[in-house]
Amino acid sequence: MDQLNNYLYISAILFSLGTFAVMTRRNGIAVLMGVELILNAANINFVAFSRFGGMNMDGHIFSLFVIVLAAAEAAVALAIVINIYNNLHTINVDDAALLKE
Amino acid sequence: MPVAEIVFWLVAAFTIISASFVVLNNQLLYSAIALLFSLFGVAGLYIFLWADFIAGIQLIVYIGGINVLIIFGIMLTNKISSVRLSQTNVQQGVGAVIALWLMILISLVISKTPWLQIESSEPSETVSVIGTLLLSKYLLPFEAISLLLLGALIGAALLSREAT
Repeated sequence: MDQLNNYLYISAILFSLGTFAVMTRRNGIAVLMGVELILNAANINFVAFSRFGGMNMDGHIFSLFVIVLAAAEAAVALAIVINIYNNLHTINVDDAALLKE
Repeated sequence: MPVAEIVFWLVAAFTIISASFVVLNNQLLYSAIALLFSLFGVAGLYIFLWADFIAGIQLIVYIGGINVLIIFGIMLTNKISSVRLSQTNVQQGVGAVIALWLMILISLVISKTPWLQIESSEPSETVSVIGTLLLSKYLLPFEAISLLLLGALIGAALLSREAT
């Protein structure tokens, strides 16, 4: 609890779980959930380094910005996913490859 | 072992187990609920890191906003009568190997680096410091991110509107 390494290990595990979801999920919304896990892992790192770097508040500001960006990203990504569903009747990201043809 | 230490490890285990449930579960709605618990655990970790304001924002924005948005998206794009398909693609083996390799690599880097740790005492208040920083040192990024939020709002409304 008073060791920087513990927080870094937790965030590394969250990050690799998130990358696994992004790489293997077929559903667009599940991919989005993986991205949220990755952003949370980065945020834990920011706040942990800020706590163990002499309680420097800059890390807190940065993680606030990351949370705001995640909110904007989720809103736009869900709008795109719903649009794909209206046009293709699926949200399988492997099927949304019209530009390839 | 003091009580705080036990609670810390419980919160950490809770976060990681719910996160693996998000990744490995086949039913999308259960994944979304597990994501909610995982975000809750991350908020607990923020409290252990003396970041009470960030923990509150995490609860409000992630759990109250983003997670509800994700559940809305699942409900809007799920056909109830549709056949239950596998949620993962054929690259599951390769993906697992890459993710595991990434985790081992990052853990090696973490354990080999001599991290600098400065002893500090718990701050009596964080909100006023964050507010002062946002309106002095980080004023320009603050304004830029408000413009970005406005753009994302308009863009999302424009994208999800009925095409007429």
